Amino acid sequence: MTSVAHARPEGGAHGAAHHAPMSFWRKYIFSTDHKIIGIQFLFVSLFFLLVGGLLAMQIRWQLGFPGKPLPGGGILPESMVSGGVILPEYYVQLVSMHGTFMVFFAIMPLLVGVYANFLIPLKIGAHDMAFPRINMASFWLALLAGLIMTASFFVPNGPIRSGWTNYAPLAARPDLSGVTVGQMLWCISIVVLGLSSVMGSLNYITTVINHRAPGMTWFRMPLSVWALFITAILGVLALPVLQGAAIMLLFDNILGTHFFDPAAGGQALLWQHLFWFFGHPEVYILILPAMGMVSDIIANGSRKPIFGYHSMVFAIIGIAFLGWIVWGHHMFMSGMNPTLGSTFMVSTLLIAVPSAIKVFNWLGTMWRGNLRFHVPMLNAIGFVSMFTIGGLSGIFMAATPVDIPLHDTQFIVAHIHYVLFGGSLFALFAAITYWYPKMFGRVMNEGIGKLHFFLTFIFYNMTFFPMHIIGMGGQMRRIYDPTIYDFLKPQQPLNVFISYSAFALFAVQILFAFNFLWSLKFGKKAPQNPWDDNGMEWSLPNPAPHGNWERTPNVYRGPYEFSAPEAGDKDFLPQFLKLPTDRDPVPAPLPAGH
Amino acid sequence: MRWWLPDAGSTFAGPIDGLFLAILIITGIALVLVEVGLVTFVIRYRGRPGRKAFYTHGSTRAEVIWTAIPAVTMVALGLISNHYWVLIKDKKSVPANAYHLGVHAKQFEWQVTYPGADEKLGTTDDFTVRNQLHVIVNQPFAVELTSEDVIHSFFVPEWRLKQDAVPGMHITAWFEATKTGEFELGCAELCGMGHYKMRARVFVHTPDEYKAWVAQQAAGGTE
Repeated sequence: MTSVAHARPEGGAHGAAHHAPMSFWRKYIFSTDHKIIGIQFLFVSLFFLLVGGLLAMQIRWQLGFPGKPLPGGGILPESMVSGGVILPEYYVQLVSMHGTFMVFFAIMPLLVGVYANFLIPLKIGAHDMAFPRINMASFWLALLAGLIMTASFFVPNGPIRSGWTNYAPLAARPDLSGVTVGQMLWCISIVVLGLSSVMGSLNYITTVINHRAPGMTWFRMPLSVWALFITAILGVLALPVLQGAAIMLLFDNILGTHFFDPAAGGQALLWQHLFWFFGHPEVYILILPAMGMVSDIIANGSRKPIFGYHSMVFAIIGIAFLGWIVWGHHMFMSGMNPTLGSTFMVSTLLIAVPSAIKVFNWLGTMWRGNLRFHVPMLNAIGFVSMFTIGGLSGIFMAATPVDIPLHDTQFIVAHIHYVLFGGSLFALFAAITYWYPKMFGRVMNEGIGKLHFFLTFIFYNMTFFPMHIIGMGGQMRRIYDPTIYDFLKPQQPLNVFISYSAFALFAVQILFAFNFLWSLKFGKKAPQNPWDDNGMEWSLPNPAPHGNWERTPNVYRGPYEFSAPEAGDKDFLPQFLKLPTDRDPVPAPLPAGH
Repeated sequence: MRWWLPDAGSTFAGPIDGLFLAILIITGIALVLVEVGLVTFVIRYRGRPGRKAFYTHGSTRAEVIWTAIPAVTMVALGLISNHYWVLIKDKKSVPANAYHLGVHAKQFEWQVTYPGADEKLGTTDDFTVRNQLHVIVNQPFAVELTSEDVIHSFFVPEWRLKQDAVPGMHITAWFEATKTGEFELGCAELCGMGHYKMRARVFVHTPDEYKAWVAQQAAGGTE
């Protein structure tokens, strides 16, 4: 494979010829342009985000108003609702598929599929990914996996009924779960998705290592690129474990191999070890890119260099490393050796350290800044404040004795949503708004963006904060009707409150959807550098052409030189701007064989 | 409306609730620190024309401080937690005088086996009752947890006790109830569509009440 960054440095004319007009299909559908692939991921994963949200609304209806007919439930088949009332089996499918769609088909592709693709080449000064065709294959496989997963709603007995975690032997035995085809489709979809992820990750790793523009040293990379790079390493190591486990689960279902079924010599806990060996690094796959992008945006919004850049890099690496040795904290109550529980408790508590470093450095970045509250900055501040709650609530479950009453209750549901919604999704609202001009050449409406942020922030907290309280009260996860328990009845009003808040939270997202779609055509035309940023991507027109730069750009400094004295009367100093005192970097030697 | 953990009903509740409170205080301080800092900075350093941000790349001293303080706090928290964790979950911590019961979980019920008059499990006078757990107040009990089919989880909120019942495994969980009365036992691990209704009644008796109940069962009394 030719390294594109090196192959095209002198070819202005050649480059232009290479990018002769292409048919609609080649340009937008079967594209090998990393930016188009990123945008394809964006549309597809926003669709799955909507699907996951619709499932969540049905969950909240059932928990708030158990036994009452679901509004509009009449359109659902008899296998899901009876007289409009959600059936227990459908409820379990709702929670299982909400988790599956949100983790695998919304948040992960939104962070990694969209932004690793879109940002890595643009931010390191590369013309494209190292392997553009593998990149295209990665997108189409992800879409295929999503369609297979969606298909499971339309097969006899419907989708999985064992949670997004698919604990065996429930998930391994159709006679116990009541699911047949749906379980197979889940396994197949995950294997295909894993393939897509591994292809993508290999591409991101290779691109970052080989295709950085001259002058883009490791410690001049923006934290977003660092985070996406480390995330890719996690992805390439974690996803194959899940694929292997999913294949074993598939075999248990169709061939009766009994890997996970003790009734015939299998091991029930084996599934949990395999799943969480993937699953915990996965949690960091779902938050590290968000942290990276938020770092870029907070530096920009504060008009200051990121505080403690090197500690931020080492904190990313530290979180990723510790992420491999904490999977057992999902299994404190599983009957696993309690001494092992002690070990996993310590490693889990230690993750608080790099997380704290990141939060304090974001605060340090804002300290004595000159803050600009554009929509991305507001969402980034929302991220910091909400991720802090999500991180701190994790300490309760990490301390094993305190985990005993909290494990598998709504407290955990609150925690995961503070990290994945309060964290990742706020970061995504920030990132989508921030790089929208680079994607589509227009700016999203600021007024609607601000209104969306404030309303989301309020309703989000009204939805998820009370979940801590009902979890402390003991409400178990994934129960269809909490009101049948005497000890849960007194807190039912809070469940009703959460449900109303969740409906409002969902409704507010219409603002975002409208802003996103409306601005595609009617948004204000974006200037070349709409946020006065330092990143390499802003040296290009909006949207940037296929191949990005005609000539490989030079990089003269780190990514966060806001308000640097050399900048004169401006408060930013782009990485691509050559000052009279700057010398051109020496290009890296070509790899052997060129 | 309840805003706290359920009422304490076993000897575990003291240390667990104490630890919960300690963590709440520690994380509360951290949370206030961060959120107040954030709000202060947002107000104080809001952009105004003519102002310029303070150009700095950080401070090693600050990094050391906010690395060391969380690290020390977390290690200390780990050590304290581990003391109680071992006390609750370690096999060797089951008191010698504990009264053993068999609890067999299956979709979607709890089968509790009592040792009968000889107070020994596995003898002919054992008897099994569905969805009723009877124990004696201020007396250590150990439940021998097994599962018929899938993973279930034995959860009595007032006792601060949760332990999965895993097919193919035999897990002992002990506790000592400190309050008489009626409670509920729920399943905390998704075990199928009937997960939500896998519920048992829990009765904490005085020793005399318990004896009377066992005698009544032995005489073929109703469940």
